[in-house]
Amino acid sequence: MEVARFWRTTGQRYQLTGEVCPNCGNKIFPPRDVCPACEHEAKTPYTFSGKGEVYSYSTIHAAPEGFEKYVPYTVALVRLEEGPLITAQLTDVDTKDVKVGMPVEMVTRVLREDGERGMLVYGYKFRPVLAGPR
Amino acid sequence: MALMKPVRSVGIVGYGAYVPRYRLASAEIGELWTDGNAITPVKQKSVPGLDEDVATMSIEAARNALRRATGVAPDKLGAVWVGSESHPYAVKPTSTIVAEALGATPHTQAADWQFACKAGTEALQAAIGFVGSGMSDYALAIGMDAAQGRPGDALEYTAGAGGAAFLVGPAESAIAEFEGSVSYVTDTPDFWRRQHERFPEHSGRFTGEPAYFHHITSAARELLDQTGLHPADFRYAIFHQPNAKFPLKVGEDLGFTRAQIEPGLLVNEIGNTYAGSSMIGLTAVLDIAAPGDRILLVSFGSGAGSDAFSIRMKETVDHHGAPATRDYVRRSLMINYATYSRFKENYKLN
Repeated sequence: MEVARFWRTTGQRYQLTGEVCPNCGNKIFPPRDVCPACEHEAKTPYTFSGKGEVYSYSTIHAAPEGFEKYVPYTVALVRLEEGPLITAQLTDVDTKDVKVGMPVEMVTRVLREDGERGMLVYGYKFRPVLAGPR
Repeated sequence: MALMKPVRSVGIVGYGAYVPRYRLASAEIGELWTDGNAITPVKQKSVPGLDEDVATMSIEAARNALRRATGVAPDKLGAVWVGSESHPYAVKPTSTIVAEALGATPHTQAADWQFACKAGTEALQAAIGFVGSGMSDYALAIGMDAAQGRPGDALEYTAGAGGAAFLVGPAESAIAEFEGSVSYVTDTPDFWRRQHERFPEHSGRFTGEPAYFHHITSAARELLDQTGLHPADFRYAIFHQPNAKFPLKVGEDLGFTRAQIEPGLLVNEIGNTYAGSSMIGLTAVLDIAAPGDRILLVSFGSGAGSDAFSIRMKETVDHHGAPATRDYVRRSLMINYATYSRFKENYKLN
């Protein structure tokens, strides 16, 4: 990943920061400055809770360059509790245990690295919700 | 040396732990390198997943600390400090990654700390001074490691991953108050890793008496002298946990009982988390401590030194959904040595 592209999207990748539409209240991710529901300008930052559930998923056995070491791994469409559907890798879960409707939560993990000398790219993944306090 | 105590009283406003999901049994390592004849120093150790490092683990522990610190917005953090001996980059701060992920940037002080296993508590001690002097209302001190041990070496049995984050703030809003601390350091070469080397070196049995035991007992005795407290005045005691034997032995030497030490003793389940070791022990104790309980925390870092703290519990903790330390300890998936080697990226894929 180019350093500049990485740097520009830090907020959305580290914190799940999108936008909220001031006109209709629609929550938007990734941020695009225009509400896809009502086409009103939407530039107000909104940080998502990171809670959601698996809407659909696919297990990857033939990985693209940079992700070979993770196979087999699962990529899911996650329905965030605020509405948007986003694509992300699942982590801390065995591929056989992934189910549609499974509650998941956002964690920040290493997405990939640009070789031995390049930068480490961090971003959101989702994992099964951890048990809360006793 | 006088007891270190800031002008303004400060305490722990929030805290959080993190331990990865994977565990490797000592027996599995011993089977490979000693035909099963090794005397294992712990039952098992925690192993980070392929997508985990000190930055990602620090972020989760810090998010847990912020959840418990009701009403402290991330942009109120005057400092984000990460102590570790396994920072992901040789040059580039871990602390800015953590601060950015928390939403603490840009008006915050960010720094990485280094002192073998004492890197976390030195950040904690500095945070007490930073808040106690009035330079800021809140400072975040993290001790976190993904420790390395040479395959087959004694350290491979214990080198674990995990740690804890502490949000230090004014005593009025704290769940526990710092009563005072001392630091005790000497130039003792018991363990080191040279620049560009992958694995640390250690001086075998020399790591015991002149290093671990001398520094911890000296720091703890100084703290007891300066505060006028006795072991019986403490409900809990946490000592750096490089293996299952040392913390119990040093506690016994100082006059502490197993009942005081065991609630914070996690090393048998998660291994030695280096800069996180004594600090995550403290989080396990804070999860169960009651108002009025007094806690002793003594770290040890090779090279060498110890920081000792007396902490008094003030309030019952409101967790706001943050997992307890023992939740992370219980969340465990045993892996074999082949998977462990894969996670350590010992196999060439191309």
